Amino acid sequence: MSLMATLAQAEAVAAGRARPLTTVRHRHLSPTPMVFVPLTTAGETGAPLGAMVGGARDDASLLVVPQPRDRDLRFAFLAGLAERMLPYLEGFADDVDTELRKETDPVTGKRTEVEVELCRDAPQVIVPSGSGVEYVRLLGRSTRFRRTAEDDPDEPHPVPARVPLLGRWLTHLGERALTPGSSLLLSMTGLLSRHWATGQSGLEDQHLGALLAWIDPPGGTDGAEAAAAAELARRPDGLLVCPPAGPATDPEFDNKHLAPAMGRYDAARSAGDAAARRRAAEEVEELVRGQLEPTWHRVWDGLELLRALPAGRRVEERWRRDRWSYTMHRDRLRAGEPPQPRVDDAVTAAQKLSSRETAQVRLDAQEALDDPLVMAGRRLAGEAFAGVVDAVEMTYSEGRAPRPRPLVTVVTDDEPYLDADAKLYRALGERTQEAQLVSVEPGVRGGPGRIVVRLVNGMGRGKVPEEGSVPVEGERVCFTAFEHNPRGGPGLPDPESTPWTHGGPPAAAQGALPDQGTRTAEGTGAAEGTGAAEGTGAGEDGR
Amino acid sequence: MTAARPPAAASPSAPASPTAQAAGGGADPAAAAALATARILHDTLHGAHRGVVVDSPPGAGKSTLVVRAARELVAAGEQLMIVAQTNAQVDDLADRLATADPELPVGRLHSTDGAPDPVLERHPSVLKSARVSDLLGQKVVIATAAKWAFVKNAEPWRYAIVDEAYQMRSDALLAVAGLFERALFVGDPGQLDPFSVVGAEQWAGLGHDPSASAVVTLLAHNPGLPQHRLPVSWRLPASAAPLVSEAFYPYTPFRSGTGEGERRLSFSAASDGSGPDRVLDVAAESGWGLLELPARHTPRTDPEAVAAVAQVVRRLLERRGSTVSEKGRAALTADRIAVGTAHRDQAAAVRAALAGTEAAGVAVDTANRLQGREFDVTVVLHPLSGRPDATAFHLETGRLCVLASRHRNACIVVCREGVAELLDEHPSTEPVQLGVTVKFPDGWEANHTVLAHLARHRVPHRP
Repeated sequence: MSLMATLAQAEAVAAGRARPLTTVRHRHLSPTPMVFVPLTTAGETGAPLGAMVGGARDDASLLVVPQPRDRDLRFAFLAGLAERMLPYLEGFADDVDTELRKETDPVTGKRTEVEVELCRDAPQVIVPSGSGVEYVRLLGRSTRFRRTAEDDPDEPHPVPARVPLLGRWLTHLGERALTPGSSLLLSMTGLLSRHWATGQSGLEDQHLGALLAWIDPPGGTDGAEAAAAAELARRPDGLLVCPPAGPATDPEFDNKHLAPAMGRYDAARSAGDAAARRRAAEEVEELVRGQLEPTWHRVWDGLELLRALPAGRRVEERWRRDRWSYTMHRDRLRAGEPPQPRVDDAVTAAQKLSSRETAQVRLDAQEALDDPLVMAGRRLAGEAFAGVVDAVEMTYSEGRAPRPRPLVTVVTDDEPYLDADAKLYRALGERTQEAQLVSVEPGVRGGPGRIVVRLVNGMGRGKVPEEGSVPVEGERVCFTAFEHNPRGGPGLPDPESTPWTHGGPPAAAQGALPDQGTRTAEGTGAAEGTGAAEGTGAGEDGR
Repeated sequence: MTAARPPAAASPSAPASPTAQAAGGGADPAAAAALATARILHDTLHGAHRGVVVDSPPGAGKSTLVVRAARELVAAGEQLMIVAQTNAQVDDLADRLATADPELPVGRLHSTDGAPDPVLERHPSVLKSARVSDLLGQKVVIATAAKWAFVKNAEPWRYAIVDEAYQMRSDALLAVAGLFERALFVGDPGQLDPFSVVGAEQWAGLGHDPSASAVVTLLAHNPGLPQHRLPVSWRLPASAAPLVSEAFYPYTPFRSGTGEGERRLSFSAASDGSGPDRVLDVAAESGWGLLELPARHTPRTDPEAVAAVAQVVRRLLERRGSTVSEKGRAALTADRIAVGTAHRDQAAAVRAALAGTEAAGVAVDTANRLQGREFDVTVVLHPLSGRPDATAFHLETGRLCVLASRHRNACIVVCREGVAELLDEHPSTEPVQLGVTVKFPDGWEANHTVLAHLARHRVPHRP
């Protein structure tokens, strides 16, 4: 954790209230998000207990499984979820812009510009906590290889139509969520703890109720007390006032309330008493609703807090990458490609890791450039410095056509850790100007130091630098030691050319083999379109 | 030099080189090392496998082995490529190759925006270019893994040597492995593992986890490859090799190439009785010293610990230290001393404390950047000193191993009291990942082993 965040935490403890870590909002928030609050059965990770899902605070759909160990009820739940979520997830697919993009022509091998579609907006699913994101991935994994009666009339356990499709969408959201800065699937605790520092640990911040209690203590109470109340306070019936945000449930609720109600449901079913069974199901439903509703409202409370923050300038650019990711998943579905494979092959895994690392560096840089408070943290960590230009001396590069290479002296109180040959960067409008470190003269007795850098580009083509491309005396500048717009590394081999060190090419569709008992949708038109530039299995679009 | 090539029919256990034969390959460290080298070269040149893995403890002659293997491959009529991890390593290897054999045509492939070290200018046989097509005539072409990854559509080399393979990430090997048919992988398994700035738990347990080390992936997919190790550390003195071997290489022990008392450290000026001076005398005597400050929770750049480190370094020079080794007696100068820390801000604080003194030329850096380097005396700010917690980063085995194995004569550790208790309060709690081979020893255990040893050379210091 950075020194700046530690300081903010210490201040939060002293003030009894969370302190802002940012001055702007660093994630895209959709005007029409879908909030999804899932609960799972204790001891049966893959068995959903219920969920609340919807697009507005007053538009919640409650889905409950009265007996989660019953497969038919489980799939009825998933069918209900698909019915509620798919229209939203697919609803952005047809509203498109066209873009020009360079692609390698599969016939000639030449790079040509082609017109491609880019969806103008994309869905955004908000879950309460980080484990909710994990649960979305789990639901995707457990449903995308299922087969419907339409897929295979002989399937012994067909699932309702559209459940496998829901699984593919949830898998895509879950994969995309692993890309730093992406916003298709976000957790509320993640969003809030990015923007506020509380006086509690990171582990405690994963409790949505406690986190909100620090950020917005009810009626001016102390954050620590409010957080303790959120974690511990129980109603007279023994249930938590603020139940866990899920998907795990409170053991007290499981043992004393849910288990007896499910027992009554099972008994009514064994007895064949339809009316009693309906009553018992309603009872479970009310219990689960009681556990979901507080969290549901807290997620919307969190969204209101976040919406009050203005968006950072580069948030839109990152959302555009999410729109690409959405569009390309849409294209893969339309091309009839099989579901995302169970495990990544060596090349896909390496590609994903590399694109996520690039995204992390880009996110860290963009957040700092968009937000002086975040930049202050990087300056304090020695990764950047800001100061006032004291002198500019014009020098030129050697060679036939000398180019301007001005030496800029910056007076700064910052103490950056710079290598002798450090490359430095500064934002110049939309572009980035690079500079080379020349010398560092540390401050004496706490006084300011002097750092001399040589600007090496971004000054136009002529012998005279373009207007505004060289800072003037007295101007305030900020140089960073980190890149602003990192590029991905060199390409990797095709999966078919995986070298011997990595086990050679994956056997045909080996990676796509589902878990025991489920099968892939081979032959569902996979022949068309899989040769497209993006290939199969690229669950994440490295752009 | 003529290539000492074992007969093709020789079994790996047969003594292969004249030296090894003469000494029987047992008691004498030089003979043991020569025997190991002969076996490695035999497997590399004549073995049936596409890969050979060599584990090398600190200072065991890894670079020497790489140079030797490259020259023998060339002598056998081959061309080869060498993959290293950083530009400094590449320049260093190119320099060593050209020094060992000035006739050998070496190609140094470099990136378009970074020129190689000027030290290579003195070798006319080293051709430098940013384009591989310019270098195809050279017998040996050497570059970083990052640069090799940009080479496309080249006819694969028959042989490659991959240096520092344990510090190379699996995805970096994936990008370059198509460039060669067979390879010798050389590295130190005890140093810092490669890392990723984003989570990679998704792939944990897969043979091709892109965030794992190249050797882990290689062996997961090719379990039958011959694995060798170099048995003798020529860098570490007799006082250090047993501890480093026990703490960090418990199942692959090695020994020192020098005997008790062959490496010495002494001072012309007498001690002033202060803590730093007394710890210098302890280290001169035993090869290790622990300067222990009172227990306290501090910020990372603990001013008292930093001042103590700086004082120890200054006194090393002020007391006109000198070292004795198999190379003879030499004055201990600033360039033969290093300070190692866990974090960059700590290194910067020590550097600031040394600025303007005669100790300004001392190398002060983090464990990551000291990897592969060698000094006579090192001063280490213990990674856990003054911390309220012991995170995975601070417990990482490789970090402590790097810091404790850079020295030829003595190592002095500066630390706050209470690290043993801190360790006991923070047992390793990393989640267990299915399918991942557990690495031994874990950082917790290695830290305790080192602390227990250092306790015998403890000098309390109250600043």
